Amino acid sequence: MRLAALIPAFALGLAACASTPPDAVRGTGDLGVVIERAAGRVQVIEHSHNTRLGTIAGLGDLSHAHVAFSRDARYAYVFGRDGGLTKVDLLTRRIDKRVIQAGNSIGGSVSQNGKLVVAQNYEPGGIKAFDADTLELLADVPAEYAPGKFSRVVGLADVSGQRFVYALFDANEIRVTDFSDPKNPVTTRYPAGKQPYDGLVTPDGRYFLAGLFGEDGISLLDLWKPEAGARKILAGYGRGEEKLPVFKMPHLRGWSLAAGQAWLPAIGRHEVLVADAGTWAETGRIPVKGQPVFVMARPDGRQIWVNFAFPDNEWVQVIDTVDKRVVHTFSPGKAVLHMEFTPRGENVWLSSRDSNRVSVVDTATFAVRKELPADAPSGIFFTSRAQRIGF
Amino acid sequence: MDRPLLLHVAVLLGLTALAVSAAQSAEPPQPDPARQQALVHMVRQDCGSCHGMRLTGGLGPALTPERLAEWPDDSLVATIIHGRPGTAMPGWERFLNESEAGWIVARLKQGFPPLD
Repeated sequence: MRLAALIPAFALGLAACASTPPDAVRGTGDLGVVIERAAGRVQVIEHSHNTRLGTIAGLGDLSHAHVAFSRDARYAYVFGRDGGLTKVDLLTRRIDKRVIQAGNSIGGSVSQNGKLVVAQNYEPGGIKAFDADTLELLADVPAEYAPGKFSRVVGLADVSGQRFVYALFDANEIRVTDFSDPKNPVTTRYPAGKQPYDGLVTPDGRYFLAGLFGEDGISLLDLWKPEAGARKILAGYGRGEEKLPVFKMPHLRGWSLAAGQAWLPAIGRHEVLVADAGTWAETGRIPVKGQPVFVMARPDGRQIWVNFAFPDNEWVQVIDTVDKRVVHTFSPGKAVLHMEFTPRGENVWLSSRDSNRVSVVDTATFAVRKELPADAPSGIFFTSRAQRIGF
Repeated sequence: MDRPLLLHVAVLLGLTALAVSAAQSAEPPQPDPARQQALVHMVRQDCGSCHGMRLTGGLGPALTPERLAEWPDDSLVATIIHGRPGTAMPGWERFLNESEAGWIVARLKQGFPPLD
């Protein structure tokens, strides 16, 4: 009797499985997120066929947003300007968890072991560590640099050993916080150059570079020899000439190493600076169309793609890393805010805020493969970041 | 210079002074609607790079009515036009004139209009 009653239920369950749409079971290696900054919404996209899969709303102020990914590349951690930290499920396309963790936030990153999500904040100035599954607060590390004074934090990067490196815009410092014991973090301070505005680690996680706004140069910390302290490279690249106005701060991330060289935006000069990645001596500088914002290497390192600050932000330039010169200049739309390469770099996705579209461009031919509508798109983030150091 | 011409010049100068004082005492002249829309877009999107699209601050300070209340208008206009040396604030004189900056300052102090 009881068994007989169970059979129909079992059959029903089977029927439900059979009717599961084929796309409900899929991998996440080709997924990504496009920020729709004004709408407080993200699109989930896939880059195998260049389509939009859905949208997720209710993420707050995304006027400056950053996205990091869980180790299994199923969840996106979206950091909003208003301090919102939202864990988004890319498969069900729902919000899994959401907390307001600060008053003004700039981004965050995931620890080496995937267990911690760390946010970097302007207000209150400092970093905070959360459990990557539950978003429970584990540690609050204020960026206090004088009694009662807290600096805005920039350039946060995850490195080995559950450590995070970051810079203090208001305090001319680089700090390393070790979360090996997540509830009892240990922070080490390194004096650095004036007004670091962003930072990056090299793809191996060895060198942290902080771009400086307050002086010409880059502060460099060797994380294999941190006791030696930070030193300055590319010092005086402006040659004492008056700076051009900077209408948007450049952004740095770990994609600036290519062909044995580091490719970095100059501040207040319409140039990309090139330094040898072994000696850190300047090896060249490339004139470009405006103040560079993102200077990004294609994953194979043969090309560097550059976008620009207002008012030159409709342009994108491509530098050949062997010839060290611009080989292509084009405009995919108005107000190009961000670019993201597919994991092996055959295509790049570009967001054009004021044209309300995302363009998929072939990096070999520069042909536009596809244009997707998006509402004032800004950042584009692919899940391949989950497997990289410093993203 | 003969007398009638001098008279003309004097009258013209007087009129100019009048016009200037009128402009200073009243609300700055309104940009036309299309220009207003362009200025709102510029403030929210491009100033928003540092100040936040909701103008609640970022690398630059918040531009909310509460925060700006204590600042005199002309000092805010000068900041927009010429920037603030020693900070990351550049001058925007290439992109707008003082009366447009004045219009922006007045709107910021009231609560800035949303994007269309």
